[in-house]
Amino acid sequence: MAVKREKLVAPDGSDLSSASEDFRIRQLRSRDMLRGDLEGADLEQYMQERVLTTTMDKAVAWARSNALFPATFGLACCAIEMMSIVAARVDVARFGFEAFRASPRQADLLILSGRVSIKMAPVVRRIYDQMLEPKWAIAMGACSSSMGVFNNYAIVPADKFMPVDVHVPGCPPRPEALMHGILKLRKMIQEDPDMGWREGYGARGTEEVVPSDEPQDNAINVFRGGNTAA
Amino acid sequence: MLGTLYFREKGQITVAASAIRPTLEHLRGKGFDALMSVHGVDYHPDEPRLGVHYELLDMGALDRLTVKVRVPLADPHVPSVTPDWPTANHQEREIYDMFGVLFDGHPDLRRILMPEDYEGHPQRRDFPIGGEPVMFTIDESDGRSYVK
Amino acid sequence: MEESITMAPLEKLGTNELDQELLTLNMGPHHPATHGVLRLLVTLDGEIVRDLKPIIGYVHTGIEKTAEDKSYWKVIPVVERMDYLAYYFNAMAFCGATETLLEVEVPPRAQYLRVIHMELNRIMSHLVWLGTSALDLGAMSMFWYCFREREIILDLFEQSSGQRMHTRYFQVGGVAEDIPPGWAEKCREFTAVMPERVDQYNDLLANNEIVLQRLRGVCPLAESELLKLGVTGPLLRAAGNPWDLRKAMPYSSYDHFDFKIPVGTEGDNWDRFAVRVQEMKESVKIIDQALDGLPGGAWITDDRKVALPPRHELATSMEALIHHFKLVTEGFRVPPGEVYFPIESPRGELACFVRSDGSSKPARVHMRDPSFVNLQATAPMTEGSYIADLIATLAMLDPVLGGIDR
Repeated sequence: MAVKREKLVAPDGSDLSSASEDFRIRQLRSRDMLRGDLEGADLEQYMQERVLTTTMDKAVAWARSNALFPATFGLACCAIEMMSIVAARVDVARFGFEAFRASPRQADLLILSGRVSIKMAPVVRRIYDQMLEPKWAIAMGACSSSMGVFNNYAIVPADKFMPVDVHVPGCPPRPEALMHGILKLRKMIQEDPDMGWREGYGARGTEEVVPSDEPQDNAINVFRGGNTAA
Repeated sequence: MLGTLYFREKGQITVAASAIRPTLEHLRGKGFDALMSVHGVDYHPDEPRLGVHYELLDMGALDRLTVKVRVPLADPHVPSVTPDWPTANHQEREIYDMFGVLFDGHPDLRRILMPEDYEGHPQRRDFPIGGEPVMFTIDESDGRSYVK
Repeated sequence: MEESITMAPLEKLGTNELDQELLTLNMGPHHPATHGVLRLLVTLDGEIVRDLKPIIGYVHTGIEKTAEDKSYWKVIPVVERMDYLAYYFNAMAFCGATETLLEVEVPPRAQYLRVIHMELNRIMSHLVWLGTSALDLGAMSMFWYCFREREIILDLFEQSSGQRMHTRYFQVGGVAEDIPPGWAEKCREFTAVMPERVDQYNDLLANNEIVLQRLRGVCPLAESELLKLGVTGPLLRAAGNPWDLRKAMPYSSYDHFDFKIPVGTEGDNWDRFAVRVQEMKESVKIIDQALDGLPGGAWITDDRKVALPPRHELATSMEALIHHFKLVTEGFRVPPGEVYFPIESPRGELACFVRSDGSSKPARVHMRDPSFVNLQATAPMTEGSYIADLIATLAMLDPVLGGIDR
């Protein structure tokens, strides 16, 4: 069988053989580096060209922000729009967040989608406490951020009992709006991962709130008396 | 039988609280075999204050009827129709939770929507609607917040 | 803790006469498969469910109390958020009750538009049900297919009213705005495509061995039991009773349309599944007929005491300005009375009870939610079945906790 060999030509007509020579040179330099033969200025130049340097914190923050596991925590109408972001039009899998974990121990993002009623607040707090550090929370929708449409006896705004990182307004917020909120959180994690602001909520660490007798001036101690909604 | 009313092309009858079970049985014999809804109303400031409405449906003759019962706040006892009409189970619990009407003979009368240890009956007209002051950004810079 | 759990008598299983204890397991309120925040106290004997007690109230929002505080047209957005998959139906029940009290006439175009939007919402609610139920059964890909159709429907809603969910489109006396030009064509594009998509869903699920084994013959409940428990909607129709308020006691021009009611035979999970899937096709027929016969004319009542006057009149007519002012600040006054207005929502009979004392705010708004009553049927249905059957039955029951808890 006759094989016709042709020289590769670049679209602008130039010869590609120089590209293959460059590649050969780079190959030989890599081999030298691996053998420990590159020294001094050569090594510096090699590092600048090839190796990405960063601090450990930034690398970890980058990894954390791109691999958030949201917890399946749909409460009310906003949950339907949260399901829409998993659906195909606004696809949260593009960003890597499609792994919604059912167990809070495996999740690190709690999207409070929906109204938090007075009976549910201790349950939410318990689930938030069960999540492992580092953990973030998005209050999705008007009802969980503030009281929303229903300013009455039965609803609790999420800020009262748990620290919230991003509030997404809307009733319900469009899936694109929620996506914007999640990406904003991602940016926050990448650039400013220090969560010292949570001191105000008394929410450092993963320990469950221990019932204590003295009145707490921080967020509501929903475990006072050691009792949750039976 | 305390009263009848034909309002907007539908019949409504008012009966005394003690007579509600025989009334519903009698109506079941007349063909109203489906109890669609049991709900409570607070007639404050009219007395007797608490009302319980039973919505009956006749699937064969396509007819609806409302049976109303009114009880004062001082003696809010109504015989429970749950033994005859199992659909009223959760609905009567809701009326107890929201209004405080006690249903005698209900198998399991506890709060259904509010937490078990909640005090008060929220749907009564004189129960405050409650709520939180809405916090704006300026409140935060002024030092007010939900937490502190 | 719950003390009032009835312990069912224990049958001796096989020849093993070990002393078996009943285990009470708490499912929820945070659980991936309970369709919202529903808490179930399940009494188990091994894996067989002996008793079930649902505990609700975890998303109780005090909607009815909030509605007493607002004028009638402001109640509509509040009440819409009750059963959050069937928002047009909530609004229709409330608007219907208020219109009955006011004795205003809804113009025919508004009635047809209401029917179109309600049927689109019915399809959308069934799609979400199908997607999430298949997810519960383990067939994950259905979710993405169903939500693909749902996005088209939500686009239609956004074009007609500006908002995807909770659109505040139904107003007392009609609809808030006329549909934009081109909406009817887009809607027809959707109805042209939908029946074959429903066939696709059927192909995916209906002949699947696993789905058949999980749904056929599982947790049936007799029609008489369902009627005693007050269950309506697809659950009752799956058991063989063709009770549908759209046909039996039609409202809002439903009697102008020709459609069938899918009815099951045995009342098991499979029938509930098939009835809802077929209902989607029937809804498509209704939408087509409504679009064909869409009358011209006003889309909201002419009664200026109830509906806002069109904005161009405000510049020329003094009465229009006064009416506008009164309606926006105080709202219309409704003559005193009590009305119960039932409609057929995707889950059963949804009714709104409105008591008016003559002022501009309702004195009592109560929504009779179908899921609240249907939930009582869970315990009889699942007695004696496995936990997996319990999950499948909950999925087929289609509870929406917003409606249950209000």
